[in-house]
Amino acid sequence: MLSYLANPLRFMRFSRLAVPISFGLGAVLIGWSLYNGLLVVPPDERQGGDLMRAMFTHVPSAWLCMGLYAALAGASFVWYIWRHELADVAARAIAPIGAGYTALCFITGSIWGQKGWGAGWHNLILGDSRLMSVLVLFFLFLGYIALRAALETRQKAARAAAILAMVGIVNVPIIKVSVDMWQTTTIHQPSSVLSIGAPEPRADDEGMNPIYLQQLLWGFAGHSLFAAAMILMLMRSEVYTQQADRHLALKLEGS
Amino acid sequence: MSPSPLLSAFRSSLSEAWASGAGVLLPLGFFAGTAALVPFTLGSEAELLSRVGPGILWLALALSSMVTLERVFQADLQDGALDLWLQDAGSISLIAAIKTLTHWLVSGFPLVLLTPLIGFMLGVPPEKMVPAMLGYAMGGLVFFLWGGVAAALSASVARAGLLIALIALPLYVPALIFGVQMVDAGMASPSFLFLCACTLFALGVAPAAMGAALRLAAE
Repeated sequence: MLSYLANPLRFMRFSRLAVPISFGLGAVLIGWSLYNGLLVVPPDERQGGDLMRAMFTHVPSAWLCMGLYAALAGASFVWYIWRHELADVAARAIAPIGAGYTALCFITGSIWGQKGWGAGWHNLILGDSRLMSVLVLFFLFLGYIALRAALETRQKAARAAAILAMVGIVNVPIIKVSVDMWQTTTIHQPSSVLSIGAPEPRADDEGMNPIYLQQLLWGFAGHSLFAAAMILMLMRSEVYTQQADRHLALKLEGS
Repeated sequence: MSPSPLLSAFRSSLSEAWASGAGVLLPLGFFAGTAALVPFTLGSEAELLSRVGPGILWLALALSSMVTLERVFQADLQDGALDLWLQDAGSISLIAAIKTLTHWLVSGFPLVLLTPLIGFMLGVPPEKMVPAMLGYAMGGLVFFLWGGVAAALSASVARAGLLIALIALPLYVPALIFGVQMVDAGMASPSFLFLCACTLFALGVAPAAMGAALRLAAE
């Protein structure tokens, strides 16, 4: 399917339909999971009472931001090897969306964690290795965007950014492991907010309360569709911009 | 490939570092000055200083790698040396590696030599001295290699200092964590092996990435 869509014309035809559908479906699913998460399901006192409702945005965005960085590196790889223009357009579109979801994940995680550790950013950031690796991921996205913006020609920016994304993705597992080790062996509190006093496994484990899990899965599906719609929209606008440049060049040549 | 381009790269980046003012005194002064500032920012309680001192030096090491790397490849791009090296096919990764290693030798390695002195000043326990020296040596190597990748990627950007920092800092995280742990836990800890692994990994991956980035910068 990907190689079918690699043709820009077919891509434009496909995305014209795909954008509104996945946008609408995603918005409905996000709305449904938020409605259930915020108003319907009972709060879990052991996980911070009403604050744990931040979970229904936090967990889907945590799953998504790792996936989006992998997608960024994948698109960069495809562009670097086969020089397919649409892959670069995709990488360029994924970066800001991915940065947005890492920020969302970090912010909602902070809100949720606030009660578990008592107020204060100090405990919040130093206490949880997972939030910390999300923060590092955010800086990886930022570096990618900044490098693209700093290089003057499109071709150069695309190549340099692709190298950076590939260097980044081989480092992501190492960063994750190292940050996990940092949390368990330092003098700072070893517990994580997800397991404070809770007899069950961590909240984003499969073993959690099925009412929560259901909303999380709806939220994840909704956010995935929503992110895909935004990425496709950015890609479409990029393709249009390039076409407009070409039209302008042709016009100037003709006159 | 003849070894002469590698030698000349080594010599030129050594003389570049030497020529920029006081030579080897400069990085020594930088690290000693940073260490001297620590009591002013944190207070002079002996217990606190001995606990945070090694960590502050890790930060100084990370920052020093970025300060010196900004010009490493930019100068070669501007005076045309890069184009000459690129004509010798396949050598650019090695040359980039040599250049970063030389810069590490000149502006990262002095910290290792200074560690006993600074450590004594901050009251770091003597049994932590050897792990700290080894950690600064290997961690510094990792910093300079990943920083070199960032510098090569932004070689054609005019004022790249902050950009290099933004790109390189996330890549410093693993070496920083394992290095700090190793200083605390000693050389028998797994962190020591993890730090070795990070160093080897950076030695393997970073030169290839620098080569690709420099080839792009010269176009």
